[in-house]
Amino acid sequence: MAEFLRVALAVAGKDVRVELRSKTALVSAIAFAALVLVIFNFARDAAAVSREMLAPSVLWITFSFSGVIALNRSFSLERENAALDGLLLAPVSRSALFLGKYLANLAFVFSVETVALPLFVLFFGVDLSGSLGGIILTAILATTGFVAVGTVFAAMTARTRFAELMLPLLVLPFLLPPVISAVQVTARLLAGRPLSEIAGWLRILGFYDLVFVTLCLLLFPPLMDE
Amino acid sequence: MTDALVFPARRIVRRGLVLIVLGLLGLVLVYVLALRFTPTERFQGLPQKIFYVHVPAAWCALLAFSLVGIASILYLWLRDPRLDLFAESAAEVGLVFSVVMLTTGPLWGKPVWNTWWTWDARLTFTLILFFLFVGYRALRGAIQDPGERARFSAVVGILGLVLVPFVHLTVYLFRTLHPQPIVLKPSAPSLPWEMLRTLLSSLGVFTVLLLGFLLTRYGLAAEARLAGGDDAR
Repeated sequence: MAEFLRVALAVAGKDVRVELRSKTALVSAIAFAALVLVIFNFARDAAAVSREMLAPSVLWITFSFSGVIALNRSFSLERENAALDGLLLAPVSRSALFLGKYLANLAFVFSVETVALPLFVLFFGVDLSGSLGGIILTAILATTGFVAVGTVFAAMTARTRFAELMLPLLVLPFLLPPVISAVQVTARLLAGRPLSEIAGWLRILGFYDLVFVTLCLLLFPPLMDE
Repeated sequence: MTDALVFPARRIVRRGLVLIVLGLLGLVLVYVLALRFTPTERFQGLPQKIFYVHVPAAWCALLAFSLVGIASILYLWLRDPRLDLFAESAAEVGLVFSVVMLTTGPLWGKPVWNTWWTWDARLTFTLILFFLFVGYRALRGAIQDPGERARFSAVVGILGLVLVPFVHLTVYLFRTLHPQPIVLKPSAPSLPWEMLRTLLSSLGVFTVLLLGFLLTRYGLAAEARLAGGDDAR
């Protein structure tokens, strides 16, 4: 078990180091998230729809689209110089490799979200003083599940033609349950509703994470075994 | 490969074609039964007849998609290329039936609900299912190596099967929390006997058609794979 975690952390550490040395992908993903927020502000009829009404949807569309964009990066990187084959040749558990890639992707998506959230507050004038903790918890719960599925799909689509198109096509249906739940929770948090109204949605998010993270850990080894 | 393997493939295609012909004849009988010998529903009038096509098509689509999921699980376990071919065939046939379901639905919805589309739980659910398998089909088309294609699509098939209850749960909660001022699909707990008879005959006929399409598609794919020497693991 210790060996398993060591391998996973080594793979994740490698990805994070690669990212921190160039920073191109991270900066681009953050800029992408900021642009989505800007577009959203103008993609509404200012006279008919207030910013507050649209805020939960905007937040989650921004988070999930930037997430999907970010996922493309994780395995396209490994294609250069057949780095993925090198990883797969290593005599270590494939599930540990998956966990490593998954943790690196989570770190990446969380970083984008950490920058996008203050921008969202700034652009949309939302008051988060009473709900910040809840929104962070929701973001963690919602992101954990879909990034796991996205990591598995990114491993597949990196080896196909039209990878950039194929990944969103496969991942977006899987985004529906987390996005519906997260938007419901966020709308209630912003409206200052009691915890009892959101507990059910949070449970769905937690259950989704549990099921899909487990399933992805189990399915990655047969996926990669040639 | 050998002729011994090509011949069963041909035999499967022939059996599939026989089933399709039987199914099409049955479909004619169902139309006659639905239009001539089944009473017209009092409130909805003639548009309600779409019921006898729409519900069986939905049934076949869901059945085909469940078969994809089951074949995917079995494939990862047994690694038999025939299971992969079967999943591929079931996914395509399921797509055909879901197109029938998604086109007859709005045709029925427009006169009865006065809208082509509504974000009712069941509609959203089936639409997402449809997109899931559009993605499945697209992924298959984008991978050349047969072994890789089989493994990748099996994983998508399994993840899709697990996603289905989550989508169902969330869209259902979403709808009940935001009720819509539209007459939702009337459930029919006590369908009159004549209507039930027509529905059940149509379900039977559609299932025969499903089997016919599935066998034909499977046989043709098996034949092509054997002829092309495209030997999947």
